[in-house]
Amino acid sequence: MNIGYFPGCSLTGTSKEYDMSLREVLAALDVRLDEIADWSCCGASSAHVTNHLLSVALPARNLQLAKEQGMAEVMAPCAACYNRLVSAQHEIATRPELKGRVEYVLEQKIDGAVTVLNIIELFQRIGTDAIAAKKTLDLDGMTVACYYGCLLVRPAALLGFDDAEQPQSMEALIAATGAKTVDWNFKTECCGAAHSIARTDIVVDLSKKILDDARAHGADAVIVACPMCHSNLDMRQRKMKNAADGHADIPVLYLTELIGLALGIEHKKLGLDLHFINPGPLLARAARKEVAA
Amino acid sequence: MKIGVFICYCGENIGRTVDCAAVAQACASIPGVAVSVDYKYMCSDPGQNLIINAIREHRLDGVVVGSCSPHMHEKTFRKACSNAGLNPFMFEMANLREHCSWIHDDIAVGTAKSIDLVRIAVEKVKRNEPLTPIRVPVTKRALVIGGGISGIQAALDIAGAGFQVVLVEKEPSIGGHMSQLSETFPTLDCSQCILTPRMVEVYQHPNITLMSYSEVEKVEGFIGNFSVTIRRKARSVRADLCTGCGDCVQKCPIKKKAYSEFEEGLAFRPAMYVPFPQAVPNIPVIDRAVCTYYKTGKCQACVKACGRGAIDFEQQDEFVTEAVGAIVVATGYKLYTIDKKPDDSQYKGYGEYGYGVYKDVIDGLQFERLASASGPTGGEIRRPSDKAVPKKIVFIQCVGSRDESKGFSYCSKICCMYTAKHAMLYKHKVHEGEAYVFYMDIRSGGKGYEEFVRRAIEEDHVKYIRGRVSRIYEKDGKYIVRGEDTIAGMQVEIDADMVVLATAMVPQPESAVLAQKLGIAYDNHGYFVEVHPKLRPVECSTGGIFLAGACHSPRDIPESVSMASAAAAKALVLFGSDVLEREPVVAKVNESTCAGCFYCQKVCAYNAVERREIRDRAGNLRKVVAYVNEGLCQGCGTCNATCPSKSVELIGFTDEQLYAEIHALA
Amino acid sequence: MHHAHPHTFSDDIAELTGQDPSLCYQCGKCSAGCPVRAYTESPPNRVVRYVQLGFDDEALASQTPWLCAGCMTCSTRCPKEFDLAAFMDAVRQLGIARGVKPPVADMRSFHESFLSQIESHGRAYELGLVFSYKMASLHLMQDVDVAPEMFLKGKIGVFPHNVRNTDAMKNIFRRAAEVKE
Repeated sequence: MNIGYFPGCSLTGTSKEYDMSLREVLAALDVRLDEIADWSCCGASSAHVTNHLLSVALPARNLQLAKEQGMAEVMAPCAACYNRLVSAQHEIATRPELKGRVEYVLEQKIDGAVTVLNIIELFQRIGTDAIAAKKTLDLDGMTVACYYGCLLVRPAALLGFDDAEQPQSMEALIAATGAKTVDWNFKTECCGAAHSIARTDIVVDLSKKILDDARAHGADAVIVACPMCHSNLDMRQRKMKNAADGHADIPVLYLTELIGLALGIEHKKLGLDLHFINPGPLLARAARKEVAA
Repeated sequence: MKIGVFICYCGENIGRTVDCAAVAQACASIPGVAVSVDYKYMCSDPGQNLIINAIREHRLDGVVVGSCSPHMHEKTFRKACSNAGLNPFMFEMANLREHCSWIHDDIAVGTAKSIDLVRIAVEKVKRNEPLTPIRVPVTKRALVIGGGISGIQAALDIAGAGFQVVLVEKEPSIGGHMSQLSETFPTLDCSQCILTPRMVEVYQHPNITLMSYSEVEKVEGFIGNFSVTIRRKARSVRADLCTGCGDCVQKCPIKKKAYSEFEEGLAFRPAMYVPFPQAVPNIPVIDRAVCTYYKTGKCQACVKACGRGAIDFEQQDEFVTEAVGAIVVATGYKLYTIDKKPDDSQYKGYGEYGYGVYKDVIDGLQFERLASASGPTGGEIRRPSDKAVPKKIVFIQCVGSRDESKGFSYCSKICCMYTAKHAMLYKHKVHEGEAYVFYMDIRSGGKGYEEFVRRAIEEDHVKYIRGRVSRIYEKDGKYIVRGEDTIAGMQVEIDADMVVLATAMVPQPESAVLAQKLGIAYDNHGYFVEVHPKLRPVECSTGGIFLAGACHSPRDIPESVSMASAAAAKALVLFGSDVLEREPVVAKVNESTCAGCFYCQKVCAYNAVERREIRDRAGNLRKVVAYVNEGLCQGCGTCNATCPSKSVELIGFTDEQLYAEIHALA
Repeated sequence: MHHAHPHTFSDDIAELTGQDPSLCYQCGKCSAGCPVRAYTESPPNRVVRYVQLGFDDEALASQTPWLCAGCMTCSTRCPKEFDLAAFMDAVRQLGIARGVKPPVADMRSFHESFLSQIESHGRAYELGLVFSYKMASLHLMQDVDVAPEMFLKGKIGVFPHNVRNTDAMKNIFRRAAEVKE
């Protein structure tokens, strides 16, 4: 299988382990990634917050590149990029006057559409059978909480991907790795998103509530599919320790890392050493049962 | 021909944008017009006299009034014509108000268009024929569909006036939702205590034939002359032998395979059951889906228990046909559930409230059962999950109702009142408990209603919080209710032991199917629609069919009872005449040109087209042609448009008349 | 018949978002579920109320649109299907267009720093962003707890990843600034 690939800025820096694990896992599952040549930033929340036209034009530039490069489908692993790409394409398709302005800004005509997938949709297409077939390590010693955050599931009517309030798609995938999933309350609560740098205080509060709920429901790791969620939940645990009721570390893994573990890919290749909360002890304890031949 | 034209100002309604005097003057020169005048209010007594006198003076044989919509005053003017000795169907109306003055603001344009509209009507009336109304006999029996409080009331009223009633109820017992209620607002009198005597009255009334566990299968005919086929579902118990002793129910070994409908799923019932002890009729039913006999053929416990030999496993559904002249529809409502809905549903569930998975998040009818002395907890308020008495309870109003994102634009009307009642009952039973109500608005219009709500707040200290709830989730055996008090501008989080949702009222799921059988209108939710919202609120657009209760729109008990009595009164008005007169605007077949293709029969929505054999004097069959039953035909004209040989015409709207109208514009 | 009425701030928002703020019936469900509600002076429904009543200055002075995380919980649950997140976007943008001083200064500095990186390089570049934001906000000591480790883990790009034609990016930004929405 070949699929267009829009990595997004985070995966080239702060979340490079997401990119590493994604490439390893997809290669193991015989998926070839065609990275959009010369892609640029989707504008992220900053364009969205301050300049509507730019927030549509920047994604449109990338979708246009994908089309020119012959891609019918593009996978965006970052939930924010995925959301921006789908939203921008929808706005252009439904608001002709906006389309005209975007064409003016980009100095080119916009035509046709590209199907934008998130990472879960790509795994759904690969199929849990294919993942199970290549599994070498059974993760049944691990109990995880699937965290979807906001931008993967909202707005549900537009993304048309999973239920906005009680999503289940990640749990269904993770079943193939043998890991257990918990039924918990905060899988779609907001972690503070782009406020990470400018209003760290908010992010620390919100993210702590999410992690506390995951732990209270028996999870020993949280699984994410978004670099913003990851940096908020992982990196900000240091500051959570200052909270009145303290904080006990809980590892936060990318979905691709968890699947990579089940496929027997080396920890270093999955970037598992790049987290702030070291998942090593958990993995040593829980992720070592080999699948019987 | 001599035609009279009468132009009405309708006060300012037409006069403001149409120069009525100029219209009357211009119309005087239309060929055939003998007299053309204008007047301020043509529908008034002097206006009508103007018409009557002109008919007599000028010996008019056709009249055109240029005024409002025929819906408004066609009858008035026809009567005036009739009073002057002119056949009332030699009259036409040009709608200068809705079709002209109300939608234009230029006087020149409005005046020119009005002249055209009158010219059209004049050309039509020239080709009108004198007609006589169709007379049909009235069958003085009524069918009432639905045995809740509305249906019970309508049936008792009609029967009390001395007419026969067939009351059809789809459940094994009559009583409807009212039989499930604990106490009723605003008086807090016991629902069963006031309802069950009326149920018994229905059962014992010599003029009422009760058909419980039955459904309307087919409806044919028309006002005064309906023929209704009713499916009497197989109870597996012979009603003629059963004494209602209940021994079979006691002995049924299948106790926990089916939830009780009457207890709203809060308790089990056996496979052999009566819905509740006061059921009418007190004849049990076997639920074949869970009964062991129907699965394996092994169990005979009920047969052994019955001393009368009344159990009949082989019983089949039966069909009976009843002739009635009027139908009262009183099929009631259901509660919307917050469960996840299939993609094709017009409603959505509440994922933010857990899609109905939390055991102690219940709806209003479930709370009624918990509060009812005859309920599964004997009237003690206990959580379904662990039977604990909730110390903190949250009531949420407008769940579904007024929530367009879930598919509802309307207010369910009764929830403000029953929520106040629920909170009050809770406080009366759990003195130390805390009760919270989330609401958007309090709608307490009704006698003693506002006082009742204030009593809940002032005397029982129920805490009312103005705002919708964003989320409910379970945490450590509590339900976290996250809301906002928009008055204080504060987020509010309550850790409740139990949550009661005032979920939206919706019509019965089969209401659209029933409406199609009856040929009555229904809205996008399935509520039946009345013919006029103010002046004919219980009549359907199809004659002889009347509406009662919550099948029309959300309403409480007193309103449902009033509406049922109104529907009964309408049926009785109908029964006051031996024959009915109907407009003669029906289709007529030209038998000499009809080729007998019967396309008209296929397209007729009212089953009004029949087959008629044409024979010669020797009795040999010459051909088979279409024949229109005047009693059934509604004059819609579909057959007219379909007929390939142009052999069907609509009387009063013939092709010749319509072409003449079009030519009048050319 | 048309009844002319003066163009209002509410109309501006309706034009930007495609939804008239009068749709909101003030049930407060947005505020009930808003994750940043505790950090602002006004619940989101009150900002809508300001706009409905024509209190533009109060709406523009509110921190709420600037602290909105864009999580869309409000838009998802709104019984009137009013896209409150889009409404907040519009209030911010109209504030910027009117030259109103942003009520949450750091937030604006952050977004401007971020966009200036995109304008120059085409992609976000952490070191540049952090430097630029710190200079703009003067929060010089922020994130000293995690920054060195991020650097060591190779998570902070020291050199920007440029798109091939950085002038083209600058053009996009210049032309977007020219167009009035």
